Amino acid sequence: MGMAGSLTHDYIQGPPPPVDPGWGDGGDGSDGRGSSRRASFTGLYVLLAASTMVFAALTSALVVRRGLSDDWASMAKPGILWFNTGVLLASSVVLEVARRALRSGARSKFNIWWTLGTVLGLVFLGGQWTAWQQLRSAGVFIASNPSSSFFYLLTASHAFHLVGGLTALIYVDVQALRLSLGPAKRTRVDISAVFWHFLDGLWLYLMLLFYVWG
Amino acid sequence: MSAPVAHAHHAPEGFIRKYVFSLDHKVIGIQYYFLGLFSVFVGMFLSLLMRYHMVHPEAKVAWFEKLWHTGASGGIMTPELYLSLMTMHGTIMVFFVLTTVPQSGFGNYFLPIQIGAEDMAFPVLNMMSFWTTFLALVVMISAFFVQGGAPLSGWTAYPPLSGAGPVTGPGEGLGQTLWVLSIAIFCGASLMGAINFIATTVDLRCKGMKLMRMPLTCWTWLVTAILGLLGFAVLLSAGVLLILDRELGTSFFLPTGLLISDHILNHRGGSPLLWQHLFWFFGHPEVYIAILPGMGVTSHLLSTFSRKPIFGYKAMVYAILAIGFLGFLVWGHHMFMSGMNPYSAMAFSIMTMCIGVPSAIKTFNWIGTLWGSKIHFDTAMMFALGFVSLFVTGGISGIFLGQPALDLYFHDTYFVVGHFHMIMGVAAIFGMFAGTFYWFPKMFGKMMNETLGKIHFYCTFIGVYGIFTPMHYLGIVGNPRRYSDFTNVEYLGPLIPIHNFMTYCAYFTAAAQLIFLVNLFWSLKSGPKATMNPWKSTSLEWTIPSPPPFDNFGGEHPVVYHGAYEFSVPGAEKDYIMQTDPPTEGAHS
Repeated sequence: MGMAGSLTHDYIQGPPPPVDPGWGDGGDGSDGRGSSRRASFTGLYVLLAASTMVFAALTSALVVRRGLSDDWASMAKPGILWFNTGVLLASSVVLEVARRALRSGARSKFNIWWTLGTVLGLVFLGGQWTAWQQLRSAGVFIASNPSSSFFYLLTASHAFHLVGGLTALIYVDVQALRLSLGPAKRTRVDISAVFWHFLDGLWLYLMLLFYVWG
Repeated sequence: MSAPVAHAHHAPEGFIRKYVFSLDHKVIGIQYYFLGLFSVFVGMFLSLLMRYHMVHPEAKVAWFEKLWHTGASGGIMTPELYLSLMTMHGTIMVFFVLTTVPQSGFGNYFLPIQIGAEDMAFPVLNMMSFWTTFLALVVMISAFFVQGGAPLSGWTAYPPLSGAGPVTGPGEGLGQTLWVLSIAIFCGASLMGAINFIATTVDLRCKGMKLMRMPLTCWTWLVTAILGLLGFAVLLSAGVLLILDRELGTSFFLPTGLLISDHILNHRGGSPLLWQHLFWFFGHPEVYIAILPGMGVTSHLLSTFSRKPIFGYKAMVYAILAIGFLGFLVWGHHMFMSGMNPYSAMAFSIMTMCIGVPSAIKTFNWIGTLWGSKIHFDTAMMFALGFVSLFVTGGISGIFLGQPALDLYFHDTYFVVGHFHMIMGVAAIFGMFAGTFYWFPKMFGKMMNETLGKIHFYCTFIGVYGIFTPMHYLGIVGNPRRYSDFTNVEYLGPLIPIHNFMTYCAYFTAAAQLIFLVNLFWSLKSGPKATMNPWKSTSLEWTIPSPPPFDNFGGEHPVVYHGAYEFSVPGAEKDYIMQTDPPTEGAHS
């Protein structure tokens, strides 16, 4: 999203400033403007609200579709989903470790942890691909049953978000490995991490949905 | 004004970066405006073809056949072609005009300036948002030119018609697929825009610009962005489900055992009503997406041109918020015909009536603002007054339609067509005209011609009432909507003269829009030069040159001391106090 378009300036040095969660009266900030960091976070939260609405709509479609007809047959879920879940959770933890390292100024540790988190993200995506392949070879396709329709749809929508998240992680990683990730880009690190944690929570929700309702 | 600060991006030099892939919110706003202007003329042209066909259903028109080989073979329009024109008219008008111009056009241009920012929060996202909208329009228009032509299922695209594929008729093949694709792309663009509008309003207000000092235009753009954010996310989901039903054989919306034109479909167990719920959960807030910015402009202009503070500023803000909130709770009133539980219908009906309260507050406050004032009848003000008139007329018929018992009768008649054209179509367009005449001097540094403007106003005002008022009568006597030909239906025979009258009014109104085009382009080229503040307005855009410099405030940061509607303040030197005027004794801030 609009990290490339932050308006005025990023913070040049020191720890990241606290994010003011409130609605300013426009009077805060030495130059009389809301900071670009705060705008970036607002933009992120608004984006998360939109994504939440997408999945809320799909969930309500699932509930209605399941309740209205008698053709819903619960499908067997590939076991690899549990492995994928573990990988995704681990990636979030690792990214947090990386952020702590950055906060304490341990740049090389940050690089290692962040790279690991990114790789775990890629592994999750590969794992999801494997899950789809396993379903296909078991003869379960998107049109086989409403439960498989929703499984493919929800996992694909999650993966679509994940590709965006991975792009952000890789961008930060490339900057870090090229040693051009000054503290000035701290906002991008934080935004990417928060978005990634959101995808984590979203995935846990989807797992719950699949195993309770799917 | 405080000291200048450095800017993040500098004025671009090359033509492409300056006018095509521009990051400047003002250029992007103008791009949206002209995209909408193109779309509104396409949409209007389609409506004229429909009105012509309704009164001359047997007429042979040579160029119909040239445009549509199969849809108008022999020059006579088929009912299917009529439906495809109706679908595209509605879609283009709702998405690419009503959603685009008031919010993305004027909002992009004036939101940052009115809150004292030098640009939107995310300029790159802003540019992407415009070009994604442009792509959506190209995909939508291309539906005309593919095998089978444009889709038939209306702007609401109800399945099974929209989901079952080419078997349901010409246009339901690739045409309908392109339609859904275009809408999905448009949803993406709207979400990007909403993120920008919300972040900008929340975080980029200048010093002193408290929320309760913002012009009401900014409030409506903010709430509209929130509605778009929540609504378009749901429409996007619904669109994806529809595409999957069409292309990958899933059964979200298509029920078991559909027999269409001797074909039995393979779909099983889906629910067409599920689409209606998802669609109208977006579709009702969409009505407010179209109308709220018009309300903002109207409020702003009524205060400015009657030289009085807006009556009940806070009440206006709360009414805007209430309309936005309630707008999400009433989608079921579009579905009274669906066989829903009467108790559900009653609940939706009561919520619908509740929206009448904030709407009435706004109308009352508009009249309160005008009461006892010396109104300056400039063209911009005329259109704002026209907005109030149309909003009341269109709103009153909504109270009829909000009653389930009455809606069952009215639903598939011209009463509904009259209602939504009045309130969502024409009122919103009057808001756009008002905005155009008011802000044109700021946007282009030239004044528009007042005489042409007034002629245009009177012709349009009379014309639209001539078109849409009789529709209510037609609906009451049972004239169905969506039919392409009434001439062979006995009980509708006596109504043909009314249809003739409406068609003439449509020609007249369309011709009047040429006056607007002439005025617009003539003024762009040779209009008299505009001063900084020709209307003696108070908001921030009138503190900077016309047109504004690249970074809006010339490197300075404005500081705001007043609300946006301090007109005729007792004891003040002038009859208006600019928002940036320093506080003086006797004037409250």
